Amino acid sequence: MNRFLAVLFCAVLGGCGGQQSILNPQGPEAHNLTALFWCFTAILAVVWIVTMLALGASLLRRSQAPQIVAARWVGAAAVVTGLILLVLTGLSYATQRVLYHSSPGGELVIRVTGHQWWWEARYENDDPSQVFTTANELHIPTGRPIEIKLTTADVIHSFWVPGLFGKMDLINGIENAIRFSASEAGILRGQCAEFCGYQHAHMALTVVAEPPEAFEAWRSGQLAPARAVSARGEQVFLSNPCASCHTIRGSGAGGRVGPDLTHLFSRNHLASGTLAMTRGALAAWIVDPQSIKPGAKMPAVALRPTDIHPLLDYLEGLR
Amino acid sequence: MRLVPVVLAMLAFLLPGCEREERAFRPPPGRETSTSTAEYEDRAQDVSTGKQLFSWFNCNGCHANGGGDSGPALIDDKWIYGSSADAIAATIREGRPRGMPSFKNKATEEQIRQLAAYVRSLAGQVSSDTAPGRNDDMRPHPPESRLPASAPVGDAKARVQP
Repeated sequence: MNRFLAVLFCAVLGGCGGQQSILNPQGPEAHNLTALFWCFTAILAVVWIVTMLALGASLLRRSQAPQIVAARWVGAAAVVTGLILLVLTGLSYATQRVLYHSSPGGELVIRVTGHQWWWEARYENDDPSQVFTTANELHIPTGRPIEIKLTTADVIHSFWVPGLFGKMDLINGIENAIRFSASEAGILRGQCAEFCGYQHAHMALTVVAEPPEAFEAWRSGQLAPARAVSARGEQVFLSNPCASCHTIRGSGAGGRVGPDLTHLFSRNHLASGTLAMTRGALAAWIVDPQSIKPGAKMPAVALRPTDIHPLLDYLEGLR
Repeated sequence: MRLVPVVLAMLAFLLPGCEREERAFRPPPGRETSTSTAEYEDRAQDVSTGKQLFSWFNCNGCHANGGGDSGPALIDDKWIYGSSADAIAATIREGRPRGMPSFKNKATEEQIRQLAAYVRSLAGQVSSDTAPGRNDDMRPHPPESRLPASAPVGDAKARVQP
């Protein structure tokens, strides 16, 4: 029995750290939320322990005190309960006021659009030549306020990177926004937090927080058009159905249905956090996406066997 | 017992929960060539995917909703190259003179069959329980599932729905 309990306890421990946990805050807003979480947990733990002690005491020694005394105790407990509720509500309200403050200006604005089942990210800028689109992986500079504008292309999704902020829904026809910043460099994982269909569980996103210089280097890399390392692979991409759904800037492929692949291999994951970005995983995904992510909009394209390796060479060069 | 018919009637309400159709995420190799295009019309999933592809591939750019800007309208029963699902699939796959491009290398065979099934539903040729339901945005005509089988050409009155 004890061993069983120990194993159960270990399973719970998994929630304590790692890339996707509210207990591992990576920015001031997330710290606020974690502080609120511990505040609630501590107060409610004290309430629970006091309640249990009172219950135990009353069971152990049946007091002969007159009823009026008992009624006073109950009345006092009810008043304290009400006060605690008021305090918790106040704490929650105060935290929300800090979290959902209006924009001070100067944020890095990223427009995130939810799709079944992947994330489109558009880095906005007043200068149109500095705008670019990527997918499933956000890079953010540390120390700078970030604004994420959220909208959806189909059903309701929810943007949730627990290390940075709470959940916010992506709703059709409405633009929601959240603002936060990351204080430390690191790789965080986020996930869609609103059931959105068959592959909801495979709709993750990666957030890479990095020092401003590294971010600028990444940004100028993303702004550049794709480099075709294999002319034959590019031709395979363009002459097959790939090009009608995907964009590769600089190649002529301009489909807007699937994720932008201009710098595909610069990302850590494939198919919205489903697979690690390796040549083998990419080959498996292209040849038979429906066995990896059933229901995803990517169809199995009948490629000639001799076309697959040139295509992989080309895609691997998109860094 | 008076209760028995009531309970039976209530149980009957559960019947709609029965599986209507099976969705094959990963068709067996060669399904595209071995199955007839008409079979796609029997699966609501395929017809609805065809509807999604119809706007994704910008078919509505030429065959606009009910109007037809540079291509013919697809909501009547006037078919230049035949109304069968296979004929429509061939039109999409190979293209036709005077503007219709070939989608042979732009869409998979599966997608072409799904598009053909949807095009037939536009003209009310697909059973109403598989044709797509209403849109999220406003449309000038009823959803495909409520379209009547298209009226003879020229008889515009029969086609207009209040």
